[in-house]
Amino acid sequence: MPDRPEYELSTDASRGRLSVSGDWTVHTIGKISEQLAAEDTSGFEGLEVDCAQLGRLDTAGAFIIDRFACRSGGGTVKPVNASEQATALLKQAAELRPERDDEQNKKEFGVVDLLERTGRATMHFIDETVETLSFLGETIMAMAHIVTRPSKMRWTALVSVMEDSGLDAVPIVAFLSFFVGMVVAFIGATTLSEFGATIFTVELVGIAILREFGVILTAIILAGRTNSAFTAQIGAMRMRQEVDAMTTLGLNPMDVLVVPRAFAMLIMTPVLTLIAILFGVGGGAFVSWLALDINPTVFMNRLQSYVPIENFWVGMSKAPVFGLVVALIGCRQGLMVGGSVQSLGQSTTKSVVQALFSIIVIDALFAVFYLELGI
Amino acid sequence: MSEDIAIKVRGLTTAYGTHVVHDKLDLDVKRGEILGVIGPSGTGKSVLLRAIVGLKRPETGTVEVFDRNVTDLEGDDLREVQNLWGIMFQDGALFSNLTVRENVMVPMREHTDLPEPLMKQLADQKLRMSGLDDSAGPKFPSDLSGGMRKRAALARALALDPPILFLDEPTAGLDPITAAGFDTLVRELQSALSLTVFLVTHDVDTLVATCDRIAVLGRKKVIATGPIEELRRNDDPWIQDYFCGPRGRAAQAGES
Repeated sequence: MPDRPEYELSTDASRGRLSVSGDWTVHTIGKISEQLAAEDTSGFEGLEVDCAQLGRLDTAGAFIIDRFACRSGGGTVKPVNASEQATALLKQAAELRPERDDEQNKKEFGVVDLLERTGRATMHFIDETVETLSFLGETIMAMAHIVTRPSKMRWTALVSVMEDSGLDAVPIVAFLSFFVGMVVAFIGATTLSEFGATIFTVELVGIAILREFGVILTAIILAGRTNSAFTAQIGAMRMRQEVDAMTTLGLNPMDVLVVPRAFAMLIMTPVLTLIAILFGVGGGAFVSWLALDINPTVFMNRLQSYVPIENFWVGMSKAPVFGLVVALIGCRQGLMVGGSVQSLGQSTTKSVVQALFSIIVIDALFAVFYLELGI
Repeated sequence: MSEDIAIKVRGLTTAYGTHVVHDKLDLDVKRGEILGVIGPSGTGKSVLLRAIVGLKRPETGTVEVFDRNVTDLEGDDLREVQNLWGIMFQDGALFSNLTVRENVMVPMREHTDLPEPLMKQLADQKLRMSGLDDSAGPKFPSDLSGGMRKRAALARALALDPPILFLDEPTAGLDPITAAGFDTLVRELQSALSLTVFLVTHDVDTLVATCDRIAVLGRKKVIATGPIEELRRNDDPWIQDYFCGPRGRAAQAGES
């Protein structure tokens, strides 16, 4: 067991004398450092340290003794009765003194700070929007370039992304749409039955799924599933300097990483949306059949005659836009990853949040747009 | 005299699956010396280091540190002996989500009850000791150059003033001038803090500049130990190639 460190402070004219005993190591000095810091040192012009009783000393112990000496004016430590090692440690501590006492940089919590942070956040939001738009432009240029020269397209990457983000997402998209279709039908059935108008459940399910839910559900699943995967893949490549290596080898990261992903999403999101719509309507029909005794044939006939096909096209027209949004935000955040693990986590979070936000906002804009067109 | 031996490895056998890395290896590290461990790539220098500090469980054999058996320790016993050594990994292994200063404070937080401000000051002290500026403290490891990262890693290894220091390839990937600075630093710290240093390296210059004794690994054992002059006279072909090849001769010329 180490001995507890102790000290005795005495004054000899203007010179302080600190007699230390026990072990002064990093494991033992926790308590004593505070005591020592609280000692009154006014009037001292130098410090003698009597090490006759000193047990073990390490750099931490030497540091607090030296710090004490610093405060007691003069700042010189004169070891007395010290072993060679203790003298060396104290000398080393004196050589390594900080240039200035670190002032605590306090955090401000006032109204001014609130305003400042609000301002910063607003500017950051504007910057992000502008940069995302400029990335959109860059990506569209790169895509146009590839379209004019299809031989430069990376087909393997394209097909691989289509499989990972498209085909593999089919089960979850189908499953969730089916359940959302069921829920919409159930809610419609209970509300509409009060008016004796249960048959209108067909229109409700049809319009809701075709126009909004099919495509929104697909986009949200992709934002959670694919968007984060893009960020993590590209971010990890950035962390390991693979993107830099690519650039030096004459490969444009836009062509190699971003364009195949953008095209893959452009192609696969409508396909997934179609699947979502089919299964959503299926879920609605299933509930109508079980709970409302509307058999599937009647459901389909009514769907065909009373739900205009425009609803389907409105829904499908949004799919490629959402696909592109997911690919763009995922890739952009991936390329923004810096060197640390933390920045990868931040980027992934940001990319999912931005994707969800953009999808909902763009959907609202679409709604206004089609309303004005009267569709 | 057994009390002069800091680390005593006896009959150590380590294996990954059926691939045996060390076969009944014996090694002594004397107290207060810098022992360089060299050997061709793949002879298990780093594995030996991992086996000593308990990251790799040996199949058979014992490791004693200051006469205390440290093989197969767990829980509190392991934490206690971990205070005996600091390790600097090959590429630093600094925690990238913490600042440099916080990295150095991690072992202090874990093993001591120091007040927070003192911990900060001590961490800064350690960073200065390793030759870093005060301005490096609040930076993240990704903002530092390779040489500075190694120094920060050294500061973390020294955070608790351990009597033993393990260095895994301390100068790999550094330019010769930075590497020479690092060698001097290790040497100075070793004498100031009377450390025992176990140093794995490929760098002949580092060996010449810092090591008291050198252990050569090969054929799953330690094939030779001794000061550098003694090894130069050894007639093992690999050792001859190592010290008397072009790089070895250049280092020798630089020494004299």
